[in-house]
Amino acid sequence: MSKLYNLTKGIIKENPIFVIVLGMCPTLATTSSAMNGLGMGLATTFVLLGSNTVISLIARFIPDKVRIPSYIVVIATFVTIVDLVMQAYTQSLYEKLGIFIPLIVVNCIVLGRAEAFANKNSVFDSILDGIGMGLGFTFALTLLGSVREILGAGSLFDHKFISGDAILVFILSPGAFIALAYLIAIFNRLKK
Amino acid sequence: MAKVESNFKNMTATLLVITLVASAALGLVYQSTKEPIALAQQAKINNAIKAVLPEFDNQPGNEAYTVAVDGGELTFYPATKEGQPVGTAVKTFSNNGFAGRIELMVGFLPDGTINKIAVISHKETPGLGDKMDPKKSNFSLQFEGKNPETFKLKVKKDGGDVDAITASTISSRAYCDAVIRAYNALKEGGKHE
Repeated sequence: MSKLYNLTKGIIKENPIFVIVLGMCPTLATTSSAMNGLGMGLATTFVLLGSNTVISLIARFIPDKVRIPSYIVVIATFVTIVDLVMQAYTQSLYEKLGIFIPLIVVNCIVLGRAEAFANKNSVFDSILDGIGMGLGFTFALTLLGSVREILGAGSLFDHKFISGDAILVFILSPGAFIALAYLIAIFNRLKK
Repeated sequence: MAKVESNFKNMTATLLVITLVASAALGLVYQSTKEPIALAQQAKINNAIKAVLPEFDNQPGNEAYTVAVDGGELTFYPATKEGQPVGTAVKTFSNNGFAGRIELMVGFLPDGTINKIAVISHKETPGLGDKMDPKKSNFSLQFEGKNPETFKLKVKKDGGDVDAITASTISSRAYCDAVIRAYNALKEGGKHE
C-alpha cells in the first residue's frame, strides 16, 4: 500500500503543480501547446528520476553542510544530459523549449524532492517518488498545454480543428495564469 | 545511520568526488551526442536549402561561403544543375524580432527573384509571430516570385508592399529586415561567379 502510494501520490494527491504549486516558471512559460507541455514534463521526469535515484544512494555519504551544493551538481549533470540528448534527437522540440531545458536545474520540484524525500528514503521508494512526481508534473503540463492550445489556437497536438484564429490571449502569458487558476480551482473541487 | 561529519576534509573530498564523477559522465555524453547534434543541424540546413531552391544536383553545403554584415554572418549556398547556376540559398538573420533573433533561409533565383523562404529558427510568440512559418500561415507566400528590385520589402504600415501578419507587425518587420539583408548582400558580392 505505502509503496504504491509513493508512486500515485504525485499524480493527484500531491500533484506538484495543482496541489504543491511548485515550479511555476516553466509551467507558465512552456505550456503554450500540448506538445511543449508534454516534452517539458517528460524531460523533467527523467531528471527527477535520475536525481532522486542518485541522491538517495549517496545521501548518507554527504556531510550536511555541503548537502545542497552536492545535490545541485547531481541535478545539473542530469539536466545537461537531457539537454544534449534532446539537442541530438529532438531538435525542433529542443528549440521550442529553449532556455527552459537548462532551467530545469533550478526547478523547485527537483531540488524539493531531493531535500524532502530522496535523502531520507530508500532507493526504491525514491525511484517511485521520482516517477510519480514526474508523471504528475507531465500530466499537469500536458493538461494545461492542451487547454491553452484548444482555446488559443483551436488545435490539439498541432491538429487544427477550427479554421482561423481562436482566443489568442490563452497562448500568451496572461492566458497561462488564467488557465492555471481555473485548473487549480477545478482540481481542488474534485479533490474534496 | 550515522552522518558523515561536516569537517573540512570530508566536505572537500565529497565535493571533489561528486564533481569528478559528474564531469566524467558529462564528458561521455558530450562525446557520444556530438556527432548526432552536428548531423541534426546539418540535416536541418540541407532541408531548408532544398525547400527554398528549384531542383539542383550539386552539394550547396560544400560550396558555402560566408559574408560578414551588420555584426553577423550570412551564409551563401550556391546551387547548380548540370553546371548551370539555378539559384542561391542565403541563410540570413534579423535581431529585431519580437523575442530576439530570427534566422531564415531565403532562396534566390539567378536574377535575384525570391523563390521561396523557409524559417530556420525564431522565438516569436506562438499563435502570432510564429505565423511567419509557411506551415502556419500564408504570410511567407506573398514573397514568392517577387523581385526585391520592384517589390518593396517593407510592411504596408511603413510604406512597403508586404502584408504584415495581423497583430505581429514587429515580427513581420524583422522578417522583411532579414530578407532585405540577404538580398543586399547577394547583390553586393554574393553573386554567382
